[in-house]
Amino acid sequence: MSIIEGRFEPNIIITSVDALFNWSRSRSLWPITFGLACCAIEMMATAASRFDQDRLGIFPRPTPRQADCMIVSGTVTAKMGERVRRLYLQMPEPKWVIAMGSCANSGGPYWQHGYHVVKGVDQIIPVDVYIPGCPPRPEALLDGFLKLREKIEQCTIAKKTG
Amino acid sequence: MTPEEICQKLQSAGIEVTYHDTKPDPFLLCTLQSYKQAALTLRDDPDLAFQSLMSLTGLEWPDYFEVASQLISYQKEHRVTIKVRCGKDDPSVPTLSDVWTIAEWHEREAYDLVGMTFAGHQDLRRILLPEDWEGHPLRKDYSPQERWHDISLTSEPPKTTHE
Ligand code: SF4
Repeated sequence: MSIIEGRFEPNIIITSVDALFNWSRSRSLWPITFGLACCAIEMMATAASRFDQDRLGIFPRPTPRQADCMIVSGTVTAKMGERVRRLYLQMPEPKWVIAMGSCANSGGPYWQHGYHVVKGVDQIIPVDVYIPGCPPRPEALLDGFLKLREKIEQCTIAKKTG
Repeated sequence: MTPEEICQKLQSAGIEVTYHDTKPDPFLLCTLQSYKQAALTLRDDPDLAFQSLMSLTGLEWPDYFEVASQLISYQKEHRVTIKVRCGKDDPSVPTLSDVWTIAEWHEREAYDLVGMTFAGHQDLRRILLPEDWEGHPLRKDYSPQERWHDISLTSEPPKTTHE
């Protein structure tokens, strides 16, 4: 028999700190959005009523200070890359990054001749989930978020995340 | 007015332009000396009345640089393309920014990407690329730089690991 059995009201829930943190973090992912090119249109569609990412607790934020994750959707140029990194560094820990589309993954169509394109945002900041496609459909972005949820659920407060 | 009539109108005003009947769009070619005068006449002549500059583009050809400008008159409902050429040893053409103000940004773009200069331009800085960028990317002899500050621009995987 448990030592706390019968000592409290019946409406008490017992959990581990890890499980509580991971549940709350993975169920309210607030991304700062980086719509840098055509992929941004699909990202906006994901936020709009038809795909409604808000039903998963995903709610775009205008400032890095309020964000848990960053969606880099589009072509990252060198000039913008510095800004992407600066805003990433301004996000509070723990933080995650989703690279959406071929451009953010690897430079995409500008892989070879893009003189000013960073060949993948992972050259600048660490990326957790890569979503392929040019552009990925909104379903793919939602799937990326579900993958990120799975990843967050593996986190523990004993180790640094992000 | 058709481009050919516009050309005749300019020529009758004593401005040195030639008509080139290229397909699909003909153009008027000015000399470096007649360029500014042609632009002013196109804007101010009541029969021409080109109030608006739609685009201005710098181009590099094997033997010369070229600036192509597309003009439209909403009042007269006609449009025309004017061009001017300059040698590769001195890639400088007169600015149109004092005729149509929007040319200021278009000329900055042409300077940024093609590397030609515009004599008389008040503020000829790069407009798209960072100010410390090396070279002008749309030049035929351009070779891309591999890094900009600490950002790698090659397709190599990153060498440093992130925390
Ligand atoms: S991956 Fe394709 S759709 Fe997305 S930003 Fe790049 S070019 Fe545009």
